[in-house]
Amino acid sequence: MRFLKTAWQWFDARTDASKVIGPIMKHPVPPRTGWMYVFGSATLFAFLLQVFTGIALATAYVSSAGQAYDSLKWITDKAFLGHLLRGMHYFGASAMVLLVGIHMIRTFLTGSYKFPRELNWVVGVILLGLTILMGFTGQLLRWDQNGVWSTIVAAEQAGRVPLIGPWLARLIMGGQTVGGATLSRFFAYHVFFIPALIFAMVGLHLGLVLRHGISEKPRASQPVDPKTYRAWYENMLHREGVPFWPDAAWRDAVFGAFVVLCIMLLAWFIGPPKLTTAPDPTIIEAYPHPDWYLLWYFAVLALLPHGAEDWVIVGAPLVAGVCLLILPLVFNKGQRAPSRRPWAVASVIIIVSAVGVLWAEGNRTPWSPDFTNKPLPPAVVQASAPDLSTGARDFHLKGCENCHAIDGYGGHRGPDLSTVGDRLTEQQITLRILNGGYNMPAFASSLTPQDLRALVQFLESRRLAPRGGGR
Amino acid sequence: MSDELSPERRKLMTLVSIGAGCAGAAMIGVPVAGFLLAPLFEKAARTWRGVGPVSQFEQGKTVEVRFDDASSVVWAGVTGRTGAWLRHKPDGSFVAFAINCTHLGCPVRWLPDAELFMCPCHGGVYYKDGTVAAGPPPRPLVQYPVRVREGQVEILTSPTPIT
Repeated sequence: MRFLKTAWQWFDARTDASKVIGPIMKHPVPPRTGWMYVFGSATLFAFLLQVFTGIALATAYVSSAGQAYDSLKWITDKAFLGHLLRGMHYFGASAMVLLVGIHMIRTFLTGSYKFPRELNWVVGVILLGLTILMGFTGQLLRWDQNGVWSTIVAAEQAGRVPLIGPWLARLIMGGQTVGGATLSRFFAYHVFFIPALIFAMVGLHLGLVLRHGISEKPRASQPVDPKTYRAWYENMLHREGVPFWPDAAWRDAVFGAFVVLCIMLLAWFIGPPKLTTAPDPTIIEAYPHPDWYLLWYFAVLALLPHGAEDWVIVGAPLVAGVCLLILPLVFNKGQRAPSRRPWAVASVIIIVSAVGVLWAEGNRTPWSPDFTNKPLPPAVVQASAPDLSTGARDFHLKGCENCHAIDGYGGHRGPDLSTVGDRLTEQQITLRILNGGYNMPAFASSLTPQDLRALVQFLESRRLAPRGGGR
Repeated sequence: MSDELSPERRKLMTLVSIGAGCAGAAMIGVPVAGFLLAPLFEKAARTWRGVGPVSQFEQGKTVEVRFDDASSVVWAGVTGRTGAWLRHKPDGSFVAFAINCTHLGCPVRWLPDAELFMCPCHGGVYYKDGTVAAGPPPRPLVQYPVRVREGQVEILTSPTPIT
């Protein structure tokens, strides 16, 4: 013990470590900040978890387009604790996205981005963008079929940018097509480039927190006045400030440990996302979709009016980013209390519910044709005349069932046709099949008159009330 | 008497140090940036790849064919391949469609009985000639050049179509 003490004193005398770290740990912070202030530090803990689990995974992951998939399979199935580590890295990413979001909402609702902490918000927005980039590049490194197609989808989206779009797309793929150069580039972005930026930005973010102090609990009676705020804050800290550690930091430690525990349990019991088939772009039985935190955007891309796409794909992220960046510059003073900022509360509710609804739709993907559909079972067809079974067969063969459901069988892209006979006449059904519609192909050229007649008869027999021994 | 620099000299040395720093950074930065941006300058390597003898493709049928990209490197593994939908038309000619949906590039599937291409991602649908039948795709499926040489059907490798 004595030796350790002597060693520490020797070290401290030469580095002044305690003089540097001590004041940081003990610096006065506003009292009674409570549990609402733990999300920023928890995001940092999740990031550190990502760094360590990521380094461990990088010791075994082979960043070669042709071999990454096999090395991942090895990590998941064979390597000691590999399954757990991949799970922790995945749920750590999820936690980071979630916590960044909560931290940001808290900062917004309590008006903590106002004077003098504007730049801290701006740096936070940059960190949000970097976190999403990490999530996306990380999903690609799971170099299975989904990874390959996500790269292509990303390149296509970048390709919509005016003027430089095709160049961006080529830079994303690392060439003219997805191939040998693609994965190693994403690996370098994911493990060197973006993390370096995150470290730099986190350093700045924390430096600014120390420089300006954490915001005190908002009070409706104390709007922010840039002229007097600083002096008032210093005064308040002097009067009633408490040392950051341990008075406030114990909550950060407890919540941070709780987050790590949750990640650990999820990784242990649920495990990492399953690898799909090998990253072969010629396997067309693919269903590319992003990880959960971008599913809502996936829904946006499917539900947009077709003409608006170019604008939204390029414009929406740009507008959202600019709005977030200039927010503290435009509204840097005045009320901080949520009770006095109904528009702030309303916008959070609207954005969260919009993302939530889109997320649910993205999970259900009703716009995707159902390629797994089987011929309708006889119990559903209930053929009373031979033509009905021919029509039912055509309903499956001609692809109708990919987008339309009957009694629970089939896709959900188009309207459910279980009772279409009650809604449309034979003539209307015929016209619709021949001519198609906004989201439906015209079948005039691919149906024989006999097929068409059988199909229409079958559809006309789809009714709620049984008719003539049928349904 | 003192070793202090004169104000003019100090100004000069300030400029010299900034200049030296910039020069050093440029000497590192230019090759690095050039290396990273290289994909922008490389010419599209295109080459004809055989996908099988003419007799292998039944007239009127549309099938998936697979071929290697033009500039595939060894470590690309299976990612250095591309698929296409090849049709031997009743008049004897061939047509090859990129499997990439023109919406966001997902792989479209051919439904032979419905004579439609369907995309699994956002519900794009194309007629058999590749024109848009429904959904968000902004333009028809891209076609690859096809030719027949010495009884072999050949497809010209092309960059992934970016719309």
